[in-house]
Amino acid sequence: MRVSVIGCTAMLLVSVAACGGRGGTEPGATASGPCQGQQATGITDKSLKLGGIYPLSGPASAYGDIPKGIKAYFDYVNAEKNGIGGRKVEFVVRDDGYQPPKAVEEARRLVEQEQVFALFQTLGTPSTTATWDYTNQHKVPQIFVATGASKWGTDTQHPWTIGWQPNYISEARIYAQYLKKDKPNAKVAVLYQNDDFGKDLLGGFKRAIEGSGITVVGEQSYEVTDPSVDPQMRNLAGSKADVFLNVTTPKFGSQALAADAKNTGWNPLHIINNVSSSITVLKPVGFENVQGVVSSSYYKDPRDPTWNDDAEMKLYKAKMQQYAPGADPNVPFFTYGWAVADAFNKTMSAAKCPTREGLRDSMRSLSNVQVGMLLPGVTMNTAAGDGFPIESMQLMKFKGERWELFGDVIDTRKEFGPLTG
Amino acid sequence: MSESAEATGSPVTKESGGRAARRWRVPVHWRPLVIAALLVLACSAPFQLVPFRVFQFTMVLIYAVALLGLNLLVGHAGQISLGHGAFFAVGAYSAAIMLHAWDAPYPATLPVAAAVAFTLGLALGVPAVRLRGLYLALVTMAIAIFLGPLLKRFESVTGGPMGLTLAKPEPPAWTGLAEDQWLYFLTLAVAVVAFLVTGSLLRSRVGRALHAIRDDQAAAEVMGVRLSFYKTLSFAWSAMLAGIAGCLYTWVIGYVSPDSFGVTLSITLLAGLVVGGLGSFWGPLLGGLFVMFVPSISQSVNDAAPGVVFGLLIIAVMYVAPTGLAGLAGRAAYSIKKTLRKE
Amino acid sequence: MAGFLQQVVEGLGAGAIYASLALALVLIYQFTGIVNFAQGELAMFSTYLAWQFTAAGLPFWLALVITLVVSFAGGMLIERVIIRPVEGAPELTVVIVTVGLFIFVNAAAGWIWSFLIKDFPNPFPEGALTAGGVSVGYSTLGILGVVGVVMGLLYLLFQHTKIGLGMRAVASNPGSARLVGIRVGWTLALGWGLAATVGAVSGVLVAPLLFLDPNLMGGVLIYAFAAATLGGFDSPVGAVVGGLIVGVAETLAGAYVGFIGSDLKIGVPLVIILVVLLLRPRGLFGRAVVERV
Repeated sequence: MRVSVIGCTAMLLVSVAACGGRGGTEPGATASGPCQGQQATGITDKSLKLGGIYPLSGPASAYGDIPKGIKAYFDYVNAEKNGIGGRKVEFVVRDDGYQPPKAVEEARRLVEQEQVFALFQTLGTPSTTATWDYTNQHKVPQIFVATGASKWGTDTQHPWTIGWQPNYISEARIYAQYLKKDKPNAKVAVLYQNDDFGKDLLGGFKRAIEGSGITVVGEQSYEVTDPSVDPQMRNLAGSKADVFLNVTTPKFGSQALAADAKNTGWNPLHIINNVSSSITVLKPVGFENVQGVVSSSYYKDPRDPTWNDDAEMKLYKAKMQQYAPGADPNVPFFTYGWAVADAFNKTMSAAKCPTREGLRDSMRSLSNVQVGMLLPGVTMNTAAGDGFPIESMQLMKFKGERWELFGDVIDTRKEFGPLTG
Repeated sequence: MSESAEATGSPVTKESGGRAARRWRVPVHWRPLVIAALLVLACSAPFQLVPFRVFQFTMVLIYAVALLGLNLLVGHAGQISLGHGAFFAVGAYSAAIMLHAWDAPYPATLPVAAAVAFTLGLALGVPAVRLRGLYLALVTMAIAIFLGPLLKRFESVTGGPMGLTLAKPEPPAWTGLAEDQWLYFLTLAVAVVAFLVTGSLLRSRVGRALHAIRDDQAAAEVMGVRLSFYKTLSFAWSAMLAGIAGCLYTWVIGYVSPDSFGVTLSITLLAGLVVGGLGSFWGPLLGGLFVMFVPSISQSVNDAAPGVVFGLLIIAVMYVAPTGLAGLAGRAAYSIKKTLRKE
Repeated sequence: MAGFLQQVVEGLGAGAIYASLALALVLIYQFTGIVNFAQGELAMFSTYLAWQFTAAGLPFWLALVITLVVSFAGGMLIERVIIRPVEGAPELTVVIVTVGLFIFVNAAAGWIWSFLIKDFPNPFPEGALTAGGVSVGYSTLGILGVVGVVMGLLYLLFQHTKIGLGMRAVASNPGSARLVGIRVGWTLALGWGLAATVGAVSGVLVAPLLFLDPNLMGGVLIYAFAAATLGGFDSPVGAVVGGLIVGVAETLAGAYVGFIGSDLKIGVPLVIILVVLLLRPRGLFGRAVVERV
């Protein structure tokens, strides 16, 4: 038997790396007093450590702006509000490149090595699905995941994981209800992303229009790897639909809007889903081309002059400038991050025990909680059997250079009944 | 694991042949000691490390098995594949579907995943042998890209874009091991067997035939090497090893989805292999370490844009070690020995 | 019928986009004998430069000229600084360096300009030419025109200039080329510079249609590879014809073959390439490689 030097070096590298991580698994800290026995890992009287997983590299990197908004919020709260209940927040962000195996690794790093108190946001349905068995087995809160899949709310096996934003099915129901009122005989063409997000929204829409005069006359999917959705738009135009439902992520949203504007022979009512409703999507298409487009929202658009004198908006803009200099506060990802961080603050503050169990119970019993930067009338509510914090949205129409909200805030829970798996 | 001296000593390419020939080796009487030490180290590691590290090294071994397969094809047979992520995915999905739809016992998934990947590799290998270098690379890449939409299409079987969530193998009670340790040992056992089998394969007439083809296809043909037979076979073996790695992946991660096996995986695998050392026996292991650890190292260097650092690191390794890290280690050892001799 | 023709036109439009990048791939392959994975990303980076110049207030055409010059210089610089140290290493080493470059450039663009989309000015007028129920956008016509011109220039360069001759010599045998007095290093650098310039043209052409973000070329690159493979990696004419075939086949299959639909249409170029390569391994327009033993 002979061994080459390379072999030894390779194994040596392994062993050096291995020894670097030496150490046993100590059981996490536990609380005393009235909350005795509950997990208090990652939390002291003075500090609170959170971990988030986002794609900072690879094709979904645009979402990497969300944690910047969150960090700006926590920096502000730490510096000016003495943290959350006297605890300074440390927010550790890890990159998974939108790859599930990477997300598993990073979740374990955050929980086992960084010893975070909770995972605050994992982005994307695949990454969250890959990690939620782990977090629930280890009883680590995985709070306000950044995906609108309906399963975070309907599932009963994972009490430690909860979503935040209105789920895609509820959003679809809102568009269906709007069409039932305004265009009861609408023929709808749908462009959707061929993944969980697109299918959830399309499926929800189809179920919501069952029994009405509305029909889906054309549907086309695209892959995120497609260079352009122009061919799909050409096919949909042939369907002669009078409503176009645009279920896309930002870049493809712009392409679909532009293709619709370019095709002067086909002028349907254009409904674009919330994910792509930001001004950053509409502006490159040209405002003159997107007049009358309909969408829905649940948080305040920094570009909307309606909120110019709004206290929350002023605070947001001032603090973004102060704690995230160079970042454009008009980018909706920052607004989203700010709002979700405020939602965490409120949820954590409402917890009876400063423990993981306390946070879990708090996030599952939210009652009419006001969150900064959400639309007036939109609040967080959860209860046993209702795992969707935000389920209200308001319709809006694009006019001039901004969105104009119209109609009332629609509480999909009251309107359509609870969502079940 | 180390009976691979001939394979290691074989030149990577004609250019590097001279260098490889001068490789310095551990003195004979040390060898059994070294091997024993390595095995003890590998086996004791999961008892010394935190579970998170155990999980990371399990992933390193999985990538190493996949790279072992890729190395067989690229390093030893001289064919470039940019689609090995697809075979990895096929193995992973074969195992996942068996576990999900039929509740198959998990040890049964390994041979099936291997067989499915092998068959697919054989089927693709037949046309693939007619393509050369660049063209083969692009066709295999197209396969890797096409696989995602295909998996999404057959939703009733594959779970569509949502993927499939599966229970991980439970450690048997008699072992007294934790889940991470059990998965580590399963993976280690498969990896050791894979390395041993591949090593002896390369030392057989098959390996000599492959090297002959790689070094000079025309000459090999003249000498009577059956080109298409060996090329197709190496494609199939290579796919099989990737499929085995995919099966291990399903066991360890417990979740498969089309997003897990994008074209990025295929490109990362090839990059990992070249960085580790093409045609070298230890290249796959070094490549596995690279694929696993360097992205997170990149993020600690530059939080805002990890890709900037990762890209630069790939380029930097290729500068310092054009024949990969394995070649670098060999060269370093050689020069140390030379210095020692002078003194 | 008009509907079918319209689909063909859409396919040609898509094909022209693939062809524009395929030209850059063919160019670099001709000069250096390698496949440059970073070609699309370099094109994307050049497009951002053009965007930056127009955002700074320069008129579009001036910005374009500056961008082309900067891209040329940048391409040569990349060859001299990044590729030169691995020259002579195994071919795959160079390919992996371009993979590293791909990841680096993509991340750098996101770091500098963020991953949010930018609106890029369209050099061609809005609107479309309509005849017989079929409308062709002026953008599509414009892209086809520019691609045709670039193709013609490359053909002349390859076949009728001394540079082209030297370049072919370098690509086929650097050692012999050096012996007959060709400055191999400069020829390689020139190849990178020219490819970067053609890539910049491609980026500027497609950015108004696809919208500018760091992943502008990610999706296009695959199709551009398909186009070049189909046409033959050593033929500019092949790259363009290959691009158009891929575009039309993909669009028609997506529109008319129910089973394929829009989700599996990416499989169409794959099948075409496989069939073409099996029947004619050098591509439609490529030269057969004769190996001397």
